[in-house]
Amino acid sequence: MTGYEKREGARMSGNSGYRELEHSKPWQYEEGELTVTRSKAWTAPGCHIGCDIKLYTDKDGKLVRVEGDEESPYNHGRLCARCLDIKEVVNSPKRVLHPMIRNREDRGKDKWRQVSWDEALDYTYDNMMEIKEKYGAETFFFTHGTGRDVMQYADRLMYAYGSPNMTGLFSGLSCYVPRIAGMSCTAGSLYIADCSQAWFDRYDNPEYKVPEVMVIWGNNPIVANADGFFGHWVVDLMKRGMKIIVIDPRMTWLAARSELHLRVRPGTDAALALAMINIIVQEDLYDHDFVDRWCYGFDELAERAKDFPVEKVAEICWVPAEKITAAARMIANAKPATLQWGVAIDQTREAMGTGQAVTAIFEITGNIEVPGGLIANTQILDVMGGQWGREFLPEGMDDKRIVGNYQLMKTAMTSCSDDEVIRCLETDQPYKLHGAWLQAHNPLACMSADPKRVLEGMKKLDFIVVVDLFMTPTAMALADVFLPVCTFPERDGLSLICGIQQAGAMNQVCDPGDTKSDMEINLLLGKRFNPECWPWETVQDMFTEVLQDSGYKYDELREVSPVYVPFEYHRHEKGLLRSDGQVGFETPTGRIELWCNIYNMFGLDPLPYFKEPEPGPNSTPEMCEEYPLVLTTGARRWNSFHSEHRQIPRLRAMHPEPVLDIHPDDASKFGVKQGEWVWVENYLGRAKCKVNETFEMPAGIASADHAWWHPEGDPEKLYDVFDLAINNLVPFNPGPSGFGANYKSTLVKVYKVGEDE
Amino acid sequence: MKKAILIDYKYCTGCHTCEVACQKHLGLEPDKWGIKLTQIGPDEVAPRQWQYEFVPVPTDRCNRCADRLERGKQAMCAQHCQAGCLWVGDIDELVGRIDGDKFALFV
Repeated sequence: MTGYEKREGARMSGNSGYRELEHSKPWQYEEGELTVTRSKAWTAPGCHIGCDIKLYTDKDGKLVRVEGDEESPYNHGRLCARCLDIKEVVNSPKRVLHPMIRNREDRGKDKWRQVSWDEALDYTYDNMMEIKEKYGAETFFFTHGTGRDVMQYADRLMYAYGSPNMTGLFSGLSCYVPRIAGMSCTAGSLYIADCSQAWFDRYDNPEYKVPEVMVIWGNNPIVANADGFFGHWVVDLMKRGMKIIVIDPRMTWLAARSELHLRVRPGTDAALALAMINIIVQEDLYDHDFVDRWCYGFDELAERAKDFPVEKVAEICWVPAEKITAAARMIANAKPATLQWGVAIDQTREAMGTGQAVTAIFEITGNIEVPGGLIANTQILDVMGGQWGREFLPEGMDDKRIVGNYQLMKTAMTSCSDDEVIRCLETDQPYKLHGAWLQAHNPLACMSADPKRVLEGMKKLDFIVVVDLFMTPTAMALADVFLPVCTFPERDGLSLICGIQQAGAMNQVCDPGDTKSDMEINLLLGKRFNPECWPWETVQDMFTEVLQDSGYKYDELREVSPVYVPFEYHRHEKGLLRSDGQVGFETPTGRIELWCNIYNMFGLDPLPYFKEPEPGPNSTPEMCEEYPLVLTTGARRWNSFHSEHRQIPRLRAMHPEPVLDIHPDDASKFGVKQGEWVWVENYLGRAKCKVNETFEMPAGIASADHAWWHPEGDPEKLYDVFDLAINNLVPFNPGPSGFGANYKSTLVKVYKVGEDE
Repeated sequence: MKKAILIDYKYCTGCHTCEVACQKHLGLEPDKWGIKLTQIGPDEVAPRQWQYEFVPVPTDRCNRCADRLERGKQAMCAQHCQAGCLWVGDIDELVGRIDGDKFALFV
């Protein structure tokens, strides 16, 4: 056995059933001339996982370097290139270091006035209160991006102000939210791959079982490191004998090592999953005991799946029938099989049907709540659900939430339909919007579909605040106030990672200067809007309250961090998954609903379904003449977190410009060559990128980078964002539930950028 | 005797961690390396059999983290290697770790 080795010092002990790590050293100690502080790497800049780290500082309190914490059961001393380069982010000359105000008529111009925090917060408070008093709190909306430790605090600020409108300006909320909402409706909880992350002794834990098969579906986990999931756990498990099936058009590093690689056409994953369900049912490979005892609606699912015979689906998905059959059999015969999936599931208009189909494969084969299968998440605070502080939202205000006629969203979610927010900005219906608070959010470069619509819609607002680390195209275009945040080594914090949540203390080791943490900014303003909602003197007091169920105070947490929530398997059999303490799952029937009562109640298809993505070679064949190439977008890169890190020289050098990954045969069809700048264009718009001819992509499908801008570019040309944003090609157009949008499937043509462009 | 570097390149994912860990340790600019990734593929070497591999190669700037090893620490690249497929140590000890078919030993 090579690679991961069992580390000393990871033991369990008790405190309210929570488990703490036994460290060999205190949380802060000296090593030679330097002070070492144990901490967590989460955020800014953005990150989805929060590794355990050691921050080294000198006698002047300057950050010298970061190392991974070898005693960590989470990352075992390992770190990614971005984290190792954190000092370059902390010390970047591009950072905004003081609050700034700009006259509204100067939006889009580099005409900022540096001000004190008092002036910035007074100005912000006065303008926000004026809007609230004149037009109502609902006319001021709040946004946040992804992966920054801000969601729960920004939500709470919004409730203190009194607005019900949180949005990402993100068509279909199509990143994880559709899968989380879908699993909550059908299975009562979010389920994640069990890579032993709930245990300190990890793969050696006697209760844990290495999965026989992991299906990696629409995700490249080693690069993406999605919420709470250290991607290289997959490599650890492969070393321990786990086989992988990769479902992805791209020949990723993992795909090259897979037993089966299904190079699915983007947007057709639901058909593929339904074909697999059909095979598993027809060949009687499903888990009869689990289906009989714990599932609801199996016969209806089986009947639906009959509409997806493997030969038909092979043509839809561009995957050979024998591979689909082999994959279905391999999953069904594995004990256990697990699933690590990605945003490809969400980034289709039919996200709900797709997620439901994919999870059903693992449900009918009995891989739920078993060691090495799929396990329900554990949490200290629901950081994504928008519940924290919601009791402070004035009565009746939720009726004004901008959610259109999306009934499931209205009932199951606390946020807006982002597509309806855009419509509202443009039409002033159901009411005119007047202001916005954008925190850790750069929608013109990332997340937003059709960013020109966002720019034009937002320009109409009377007052806009941006809270961020660096100047961004969004802030340059729109902000009236810029509130600068600090990086993670410059602040205390509470790291509550999605998935199997753990409480981690983030410790300030260097001086933030005139910048403040996201949560301190939220606390300072929140207190002004509603002191009852923000009763704490300090952010540390606030963290202690969040931790109350664990029995730890924030100061105590520093010593023992990370602390893990109690965990065990087979919780559905023990009454641990339902709020009423009964056995089963938190659904109307108490079972996993393969036929979903909640979907049915809201007029949605209660069963998994498939619809051809539009545009696409089967749905709009006439469009293929002009736009013959299928395009997917958004593959993650080692050097950046979405639109972040573009101004960090070492990381930028690793991947200096946006690329179009394209098969060499397709490149020659379009007459373009390696390294050339090209336009990628569809019916809606175009974006510039550089050709990368690669066999990673199959002929007929290309992949373009997302979230690009040029921090070195002209601020008043918005750092070239409208030339580079691949989302110029993506419409605001969600699925029938309001969830999911086609970020990952369209039809394009490719041509050289002209000399004068 | 100078330490050696062993890489189990069946598992090297090309994550760039070793490159940056080393640059930070040696204080190198972004265009200078103490260890640098090389890439093979993706190449369909036989029908449905793909080779897609990375091998990090140490440069003459690499001092095998002598100062860290002296203090009982791991080399920066080895400690942070996300795939856990890189070791710095004595040749004899490293040779004993070779238990698969895709190893590279830099001495």
